[in-house]
Amino acid sequence: MALDFAKGITEFRWHGRGGQGVVTSNQMLGKAALKEGNYIQAFPEFGPERTGAPVRAFLRISKDPIQIYAQVYAPDVVICIDPTLLDVVNPTEGLKADGTLVINTTMTPEEVRDKYDFRGGKVVTVDASTIAMEVLGRPFYNMPTMAAAVEATKVVKIETVIEAVLERYPGKVGELNKVAIEKAVKEAKIG
Amino acid sequence: MTSVEKIPKDQMVVEGLTGDAAIALALKQCDIDVLAAYPITPQTIIVEDFQKFVANGEVKTKVIPVESEHSAMSACVGASAVGARVATATASAGLALMWEILYCAASMRMPIVLTVANRALSAPINIHNDWSDTYGARDSGFIQLYCQSSQEAYDTTIMAFKIAENKDILLPIMVCIDGFILSHNVERVEMLPDQAIKKFLGVRQPFQNLDPDNPITMGPLALTDYYFEFKEQQDEAIKRVPDVFKQVEAEFERMTGRSYGMLETYKTEDAEIILLTHSTPAGTAKVVVDVLRERDEKVGVLRLKMFRPFPSKEVAEAIKHAKAVAVFEKCRSFGSTCNPLALEVMASLYDLKEKPMVTDFVIGLGGRDVPPTTIVEGYEKTKEYLKQGKAPLYETLGVRK
Amino acid sequence: MKKYNEIPMAGNIIEPGNSKEYKTGGWRAKRPVHNDETCLWIRNGTCGKCWIYCPDNAVRLIEKDGKYFYEYDYDYCKGCGICANECPTQSIKMESE
Repeated sequence: MALDFAKGITEFRWHGRGGQGVVTSNQMLGKAALKEGNYIQAFPEFGPERTGAPVRAFLRISKDPIQIYAQVYAPDVVICIDPTLLDVVNPTEGLKADGTLVINTTMTPEEVRDKYDFRGGKVVTVDASTIAMEVLGRPFYNMPTMAAAVEATKVVKIETVIEAVLERYPGKVGELNKVAIEKAVKEAKIG
Repeated sequence: MTSVEKIPKDQMVVEGLTGDAAIALALKQCDIDVLAAYPITPQTIIVEDFQKFVANGEVKTKVIPVESEHSAMSACVGASAVGARVATATASAGLALMWEILYCAASMRMPIVLTVANRALSAPINIHNDWSDTYGARDSGFIQLYCQSSQEAYDTTIMAFKIAENKDILLPIMVCIDGFILSHNVERVEMLPDQAIKKFLGVRQPFQNLDPDNPITMGPLALTDYYFEFKEQQDEAIKRVPDVFKQVEAEFERMTGRSYGMLETYKTEDAEIILLTHSTPAGTAKVVVDVLRERDEKVGVLRLKMFRPFPSKEVAEAIKHAKAVAVFEKCRSFGSTCNPLALEVMASLYDLKEKPMVTDFVIGLGGRDVPPTTIVEGYEKTKEYLKQGKAPLYETLGVRK
Repeated sequence: MKKYNEIPMAGNIIEPGNSKEYKTGGWRAKRPVHNDETCLWIRNGTCGKCWIYCPDNAVRLIEKDGKYFYEYDYDYCKGCGICANECPTQSIKMESE
């Protein structure tokens, strides 16, 4: 019998590439959870810190203090912000059977399920690349992909995420990210 | 003793902070006079954040950007000698380069606070966490406190000044956090108001300091006739740390409701096997204990906070009833019988007529992740060794072999 | 000899200038001997190199009623011979005690 070392904790794993804002969006989601009275851990996996290299980040959210200090091996939620990573990493690795897979892609949830033979939980797709280019004019997919994850999991209120983002990026950058987040919430496909 | 009061909840600010950021904010609030440092991963954020506070005029500290860690600690000794409240930060190779001056800081009785994001030593070059750096400096004369969480790092940094600057102590102190695992991990931290910390710490009152109007000489020569006596003084001073630590923590607890102790026991009362470790693996070990307890395993955790001075009596008292103690440590002392933490534990138990078996597991070198399963493996092995009545002096866990 | 708890912390010297209490004269194996006839200080009140170079302030150049005198402070002269080495007229010789 597998032992559950993360009782009461929602665990996230992010996939992205160095420079795409995985660390930042992970922290934004963490800070939003903090604002809603949770305990959190938000940490990246540091390796070769090079732009473009695949990177991972981890997030834990719990109502109680979190004492486990290790990487996340059996995430409840996996978020992949870069569509070009889908053949490089296996985002479903370790993902709980009832977990949520959130992917920035033009594929439908059904297509993603078939690709990874993932039948449980939820699959959420969002074309965050197009949203980012339309709204921000630059390939910052992290915030819209995160927005789709929040919409699917309801782990925090989207308003709290926006609040955290506006605090971190006051002014135009924050406002544009807010538009991108709201657009992603509407366009996310859950299946 | 200053009179501190309970701080109302609404005066606390809750922030999401990495271990490094929490320490930087604590240093700012402690209103240090001088910070001399040289950047090194994974400590970098401490000094970077602190420099921002200085540049923004949030704190009046004189920052001395030196050309090496040897100079950083030297500048700290100089500033501390004048009577300033002084801090610095480092890790790994940086601590190694400070080596000579670590001993000077301790022997000259300079209450410097050195925050360390524990990191492996070269070679091969590695930026990730283990405890080889500060364990290596365990005989330097510094007090060593190890923290599990960002909150504890923040709290301990504040208390560190009050312990170090106490006139019965006057010793430098290392506040250690696990590099990356905690230094770059955003956690919930409850911050105290500036005023409360000001009141708690007061202004440093130097005992003897360099002053052109009343000249004295520090750090002179002492040979066969007196050197030994000065070491005796230093030894007496570090022995007084536990009492002062308790006083300072009691006061801090009155103010915040939080305290950690020189060591923390978790479900050890009826435990047959006690897992003994510190820093972040101790947190993981507590989670493992919760899970194992559901399977009716009689297991507990002793989380050590203070490694120097080593609280031998208290540790022995807390573990002596167990059948076995499984030590987990992120350091290999090459060529040694076992490793630094287990050596201390075994020596602490030596005088007992009936003592628990001690197993020693080297884990997580160079930042190798320590998942709960690694701790479980150590526990299961210890159970097996108990059955056999014999255990190896130490072994490594989590390495491909 | 004092005990560990009878001496200042960390070897600090808390009384400035107390090296005077330490008489280095006892180290001396050779003592400087002075020849008044060739010494420039005695002859015309010039030079004084021995006084400048002495590491222990053990050379005393004295001027009284227009006359020049010379003496060593043997409490502190440790017989290093620097004065003899520096003297431009070889007026100082080191002789065994």
